[in-house]
Amino acid sequence: MSDDVVAPVDTAAPATHEPPARDITDGGPDMVQFLDAEGHRVPVTEVNSPYAQYLEDVDGEMLRSLYRDLVLVRRVDAEGHALQRQGELGLWPSLLGQEAAQVGAGRAMRPQDYAFPGYREHGVAWCKGVDPVNLLGMFRGVNHGGWDSNENNFHLYTIVIGNQMLHATGYAMGVQKDGLVGTGDPDRDTAVMAFTGDGGTAQGDYNEALVFSAVAQSPVVFYVQNNHWAISEPNDRQFIIPPYQRARGFGIPGVRVDGNDVLASLAVTRAALDRARGGQGPTLIEAFTYRMGAHTTSDDPTKYRIAAEVDLWKKKDPIDRLRKHLVAEGLGDDEWFGAIDAEADDLAQRIRTACQQMPNPPHEEMFENVYVDEHPLVTRERDEFAAYQASFEED
Amino acid sequence: MTTSAGAQTQAAPAGGQPQEQAPQKMTIAKALNAGMRRAMEADPKVVLLGEDIGKLGGVFRITEGLQKDFGEDRVLDTPLAESGIMGTAVGLALRGYRPVVEIQFDGFVYPAFDQIVSQVAKMHYRSLGHLKLPMVIRIPYGGGIGAVEHHSESNEAYFAHTAGLRVVTAATAEDAYWMMQQAIASDDPVVFYEPKRRYHERGEILLGERAPYGLHDAVVRTQGTDVTLLAYGPMVKTAMIAAQAAETEGRSVEVIDLRSLSPLDVPTILQSVEKTGRAVVVHEAQTYLGMGSELAALIQQEAFYHLEAPVIRVGGYNIPYPPSRHEEVFLPDLDRILDAVDRSLAY
Repeated sequence: MSDDVVAPVDTAAPATHEPPARDITDGGPDMVQFLDAEGHRVPVTEVNSPYAQYLEDVDGEMLRSLYRDLVLVRRVDAEGHALQRQGELGLWPSLLGQEAAQVGAGRAMRPQDYAFPGYREHGVAWCKGVDPVNLLGMFRGVNHGGWDSNENNFHLYTIVIGNQMLHATGYAMGVQKDGLVGTGDPDRDTAVMAFTGDGGTAQGDYNEALVFSAVAQSPVVFYVQNNHWAISEPNDRQFIIPPYQRARGFGIPGVRVDGNDVLASLAVTRAALDRARGGQGPTLIEAFTYRMGAHTTSDDPTKYRIAAEVDLWKKKDPIDRLRKHLVAEGLGDDEWFGAIDAEADDLAQRIRTACQQMPNPPHEEMFENVYVDEHPLVTRERDEFAAYQASFEED
Repeated sequence: MTTSAGAQTQAAPAGGQPQEQAPQKMTIAKALNAGMRRAMEADPKVVLLGEDIGKLGGVFRITEGLQKDFGEDRVLDTPLAESGIMGTAVGLALRGYRPVVEIQFDGFVYPAFDQIVSQVAKMHYRSLGHLKLPMVIRIPYGGGIGAVEHHSESNEAYFAHTAGLRVVTAATAEDAYWMMQQAIASDDPVVFYEPKRRYHERGEILLGERAPYGLHDAVVRTQGTDVTLLAYGPMVKTAMIAAQAAETEGRSVEVIDLRSLSPLDVPTILQSVEKTGRAVVVHEAQTYLGMGSELAALIQQEAFYHLEAPVIRVGGYNIPYPPSRHEEVFLPDLDRILDAVDRSLAY
């Protein structure tokens, strides 16, 4: 992550614009979709009809609020990227292109549902009510995780790929033990979501989580954002059978959803969470999407992927399609879109200011919270450190 | 063995009267079981996870009868995947449970190493203290049982090296009983090493309400004045036998059972070494960067002017754990400890 090779993703212009050998934007016939790339509602098909009921409450107001979330989340992400470029953050993992996958999933969750993210889930964090400012601390180096997971039921970011899949599974087993599955009370029944990417599906912990959750029938939804790139490695370096198809081998239903379609992502996640809360066990969702930017600000995607591929996915942009839909439905005009953009500007300004003002923690704090109860070695070294520091002040 | 179930019940009085006057004789294995039983009775959030720990009671029968008495909801037979066990235990702890994880053998903990080091040890720190992981990771360790590869290792240094973990080991039935309860009650994650070759050795336990020692106290097992033997786990008994043998030759050896490897009970260690001026560290683990290295560094740094001899380490040779036909000479024994004592006293 500390590569000094830095190429701004938004200006990357590799020489080749040859189209890819195959259309990797095609999610295939199994992919659930409700809103196509042009912003048209997809007719009811055999594939999406089981999920249509989960959109019955989606009225104009809901569509507008989903759009607002998408725009604000993209702006949070752009600000994180900019702050890194300005030297305020050490690193930023961009979610550009994955807004709908994350907002759809995040908005499907109820307050009592618990989320276990990787480190790119800024959109889920937003939907769970985590202040974006709190996400910045770890990337600025002032902490390793700057929020209380239990305040918003959104766990800290997990950097080691796949670890969190097991945490979610265990947490869901705890929910089962608490008797909060299948009570029929929508305000009590609880589910857990675990987020990872296509690269994560190769990890042992990911596969063990599928085994454990299937055996325990625990209320967990695994949400794989297949953004097609695990840093520089494409899907064909990660798996032969796509994640949603592999789920069946674990005894878990798997579904592929258009991750650039916020409505489909919302519907499919709602269905899976309902199953989980109702005691019908885990589900694996593969959100078919694309990482439009670099892996992180330290990455240089021009070294391993061609611009033509990115160009193809640009046409499937999750925000453009919803905007077109809103316009077509008469739900948004220039004034309304302008107001959302202005709100995004204000949010970005607030984040920027808060980040710039985020103080360096006093060094003595690095000795805190290593243990809950006192540990003599930590105490001793903390005291020695304090004395050492003080010896300079006296001079 | 048939009366032990009764003994376990008495070991865990559910609000009943403690039996201070009547020490019970019990194996280390049964004492561990009794300690877990009592912790489970005291706190419904205590759950056990592991491979074969339910109906079978574990391959060493340490959890025997617990699933029958507490149900499958609290004693979980997991799929055979150590990282999965550890990672789900983390999740359970995050949900408010107190998981006690059994790793079947020392050499099988490595698939869970990532979860232990990256998650278990660091979650409290990462969360700025918001999250706690009150977990116990039980590991039967050490050799001397004629086992095949991966069943005889002493890998405590890996975990003692890792900030955020507490690492303890019991050498007596009494410690097994009490330290297990203390470890489960700890709000920090505790790696609990169990001396598997001593599982069936018996000791007396006072089943009172209070533990005789703190979880991280070192204990002087044999008083002496000439040299300090620092040992833990399965080597404590060997060290005590060595002390007895030395006594017949007129040498007074003090044996300290460290009990806790992280943190170390530094005052107790230094007090003894300052008295004797000599220290020999004994463990089964390979010596290179083992606990003995840390103890030697600690002692030379903190008790330099008291020392009459360099700190000597007696441990496994720095090779992979050998085929069991070699373990008789690979593991420290009476003679190697006495040899080290002689060398220390020769300075």
